[in-house]
Amino acid sequence: MTMRPMTYMPPVMFAVVAVALALGLLFVNPKEIPSALIGQPAPTFDLPSVDGTPHGLSSADLMGQVSIVNVFASWCVPCRIEHPLWVEVGASGEVPVYGLNYKDSQENASQWLADFGDPYTAIGADLNGRVGVDFGVYGVPETFVIDAEGLIQLKFIGPIDRFALENEILPKVRELQALMVADGAE
Amino acid sequence: MVAELGHFALILALVMAVVQGTIPLIGAQTRSAAWIAVARPAANAQFAFVAIAFAALTYSFVVSDFSVLTVAKNSHTLKPLMYKITGVWGNHEGSLLLWILILTLFGAAVAWFGTNLPPGLRARVLAVQALIGVGFLSFILLTSNPFERILEAPFEGNGLNPLLQDPGLAFHPPFLYLGYVGFSMAFSFAVAALIEGRVDPAWARWVRPWTLAAWTFLTVGIVLGSWWAYYELGWGGFWFWDPVENASFMPWLAGTALLHSAIVVERRDTLKSWTILLAILTFSLSLLGTFIVRSGILTSVHAFATDPERGYFILGFLVLVIGGSLILYAVRAPALKSGGVFAPISREGALVLNNLLLATATATVLLGTLYPLLLDLFTGKKVSVGAPFFEATFFPIMAPLLAAAVFGPMLPWKRGDLMGAFQRLRVAFFLSGGIALAVWAFVSGGTWLSTLGIALGAWLVAGSFASLAERIKLLRAPLADSLRRAIHLPRSAWGMTLAHAGLGLFLLGGTIMLTWQTESIQVMRPGEVITVAGYELTFQGVGDVPGPNYMAERALFSVSRDGEAFTNLLPEKRAYVSSGMPTTEAGIKATWAGDLYAVIGDADGTGGWATRFFFKPFVHWMWIGASVMVLGGVISLTDRRHRVGAPARRRKSATGAAPAPQMAGE
Repeated sequence: MTMRPMTYMPPVMFAVVAVALALGLLFVNPKEIPSALIGQPAPTFDLPSVDGTPHGLSSADLMGQVSIVNVFASWCVPCRIEHPLWVEVGASGEVPVYGLNYKDSQENASQWLADFGDPYTAIGADLNGRVGVDFGVYGVPETFVIDAEGLIQLKFIGPIDRFALENEILPKVRELQALMVADGAE
Repeated sequence: MVAELGHFALILALVMAVVQGTIPLIGAQTRSAAWIAVARPAANAQFAFVAIAFAALTYSFVVSDFSVLTVAKNSHTLKPLMYKITGVWGNHEGSLLLWILILTLFGAAVAWFGTNLPPGLRARVLAVQALIGVGFLSFILLTSNPFERILEAPFEGNGLNPLLQDPGLAFHPPFLYLGYVGFSMAFSFAVAALIEGRVDPAWARWVRPWTLAAWTFLTVGIVLGSWWAYYELGWGGFWFWDPVENASFMPWLAGTALLHSAIVVERRDTLKSWTILLAILTFSLSLLGTFIVRSGILTSVHAFATDPERGYFILGFLVLVIGGSLILYAVRAPALKSGGVFAPISREGALVLNNLLLATATATVLLGTLYPLLLDLFTGKKVSVGAPFFEATFFPIMAPLLAAAVFGPMLPWKRGDLMGAFQRLRVAFFLSGGIALAVWAFVSGGTWLSTLGIALGAWLVAGSFASLAERIKLLRAPLADSLRRAIHLPRSAWGMTLAHAGLGLFLLGGTIMLTWQTESIQVMRPGEVITVAGYELTFQGVGDVPGPNYMAERALFSVSRDGEAFTNLLPEKRAYVSSGMPTTEAGIKATWAGDLYAVIGDADGTGGWATRFFFKPFVHWMWIGASVMVLGGVISLTDRRHRVGAPARRRKSATGAAPAPQMAGE
C-alpha cells in the first residue's frame, strides 16, 4: 500500500520533538529567569543588625569585593534545607555571605541562627521587607551574587542545592573574583 | 503512622497496576477467560489503594502534620480548612497524587460501566490504562513521594502560595486533571483497538462519551483558571498564552477535533485511522503539558517546584508512551479498513475541515510554545513568544472554522449542497451581518477585526439556532408539532447547538471587551474623584483589615452615576503572614453592560495611592458563553445512545421520534 509510509510520520515527528526536549533538559537552565536586575546596581540601603550579631548591613558593605547576599527568614522552611550549605561556604571563607533577614522578628531570627548556625559575615534585619522588595524578592530564599562594583550579577530563586552551588553560584563568584584581580592588575 | 499507611497503599496500588497491565493483556491475546477476568477486580483494587493514599495525605493536611515534608512546605495552621484541603493538590506531589486518583477512577469506571463491552476489548483497555498508571505510580514513588517525613518537624508550616488560596483556583486543578486524564480513556481505547486491529462504530460509540466528558471537564478547568486570572491577578486580562496555559489549551483543541471525528467513525464507519491518531495525540499533548509544567523546561508564571531529575523521568515515560503508541499506530493503522466514501461537500467533509483546522491550530500553539526552547537551545537567546504571535497565527485559522461550524450541521451525510444549506441559513447570515455592520456604523472605536469578531459570534449563535429551528420545523409546522419535535430531538443535537452558540457568545463577549474596554491609571489622594465610562469614583481612603492568615489594606471607592450613589468598590492588597507575598483582590461590580473593575496599588509615601480602573463591557458574556458550552457538553452526555445498553433501544426511539433522516444524530 502506498499509504504505509504516511503512518510512520507521526512517530518520526515525535522523535524530533523528544530529542529537542531532551536537549532542553540537558542544556537549558530553567531557574535562570532573566531578571531586569542583572547588571544593575544593588539597591541602596542601611539596615540594623539582628539581635546578637555584631553589625548590620548596608549597601556600602557590598562594594570592593565579590559577595553573596542570601535572603532568608526563620519562618521559611526551604531556608532550613539550604542553610547547611551556607554554613559550609561561610566556613570556607572563599566569599563573604551576607544575610538579608526578610520580614522576620528579631527574637525568632536570633533563635534560628543559634539553632542552625550563623554563616553570615553580617546580617541586615529587613523587618518590613522594603529592601527585599527593592531586590525584587518574590519568594524566600533567594540568593544574589554581587560583583566588586556592587552590580547584581546572578539571581537564584528558591533553595540552593549542592549542584546549584558548585555548578552555578561558586563558578560565578570565581569568575568575578578573577575579573577583579585582572582589573586590579591593569 | 497515617502517612506510612498512605505510602504503603501507594506501593500496593503500583503492584496492582503491574498485575492489571500484564495479565489481562496476555489473557486477551491467548483468549484465556480467567486471565481476562483479572482486569475488573484489579482496576477496583488499584482505585481503592490510591483513594486510601489520597485520604491519608488529605488527613495529614487537615491535622497539619508538619512531620510530612509536603505538608510542612505547603500548609499552615492558620489556613482556613477549605484551603488545607485544596492545598493537598496545590503542590507537585499532591497534585500528582490527584492525577493518579483520577486516572484510576476512570479505570474503575470502565470496570463498573463497561459491562456491555466485549470482554477482550475491555481487558485490553483496562490493561493499557493500568500501564499508564504504572508509569505515574513509579514516578510518584521514586521521585516525588508525598509522604516523605522530615526528621525535625518544624513548628509551623510554610503556607500555601497565597495566589492559590482562592475558590476559583482551588477547584481549577481537579477539573483540569479530570479533563487531561479523561483523555487517557480515548487513548486506552485507541491502543486497545490497534492491538485488536479492529475499529467499528461500537468502538466509537464507547469512545465518544469518555471524550465528551473529558472535554467538558477540561473546558470547566480552563475557564476557572481564566476567570481566576481575570479577577485575581489585578490587570484584568484572562488569557496570556503562557506555556502552561497553552499546555492545557492544546489537548482541548485536539480533544475538540477528536470529539468531531469520532462522530464520523460512529455514524459512517470511516476516518478510523485518523481518529485513532487523534486519540493518541490528544492524550500525548496532555502528557506533554504535564512535562512542561513539572520539568520547569519553560519558564512560566505557574508555581511548581521544578526539578530536572523529574524532567528526565517524565521525558522517558513520554517517549515510552507516546513513542510506543505511535509506532504501534504506524505498524497497525494501514490494516484498518476504511468505510463509506463521501463527497467533499457533505457532513463528513465539514467534519474533516473542522479537524484540519483544529489540528493546524494545535500545531501552531505547539510551535509557539516550544519555539523559545528551540531557540534557546540553538542560539542561546532567551525569548518569550507572546500574544502577538498567537494572535497573528491562531485567529486566522479559527475564523474559517467558526464560519464553517454553522454550515456543517446543515449538510447531510455523504453528499450535500452548499447553496441549499446557505438558503436555509440566509436569515442567520443577514442577521449577523446586519448586526456587525450596524455596530461598525454606529459605535465608534471599532476596527475591521472587531467587526469580523462580532459577525462571526452572531453567526454562530444565530446559525446554531437556525439549524435547530430547521430540524423542529419551527414556523413551518404547527407549533405543537414543533414542540414535540424539539422534545424528541436527540440530546446530542441540543448539546451541539448549545456548544456552538456558547462559543459564539464567548467570542462576542471577548471581542467587545477587548475592543471597547476603558482603562485609567493614576495616583489618587483621599477625596479625589475620577470618571471612568460614566461612573464617578471617589477615593475615600485605605484601612487595614485583618484576615485569617493575612493582613489586608482595603481601599474604599464610592461610585456614583449621574449624581446618584451606585455602589462601593473595595479592592484589597493582601500580605500573607506565612510568606509575606502580596496579592491583589480586585474590586469588581458587575452591571448589565459590563464590569467596573478597581485595583489598589502601592502608597507613594506622600499620602497618595496608585489606583487602576477598568470598565470591561460585555465581559460576562464570555463566562456565560463558556458555561453554555459546558452545558452543551453535559446535555450531549445524557444522550440516550451514550447510556449503557443504548444501541438496542436507540433504533426504536429513532423511528418513534421521526427526525428527518438526513438530520439524525449530530
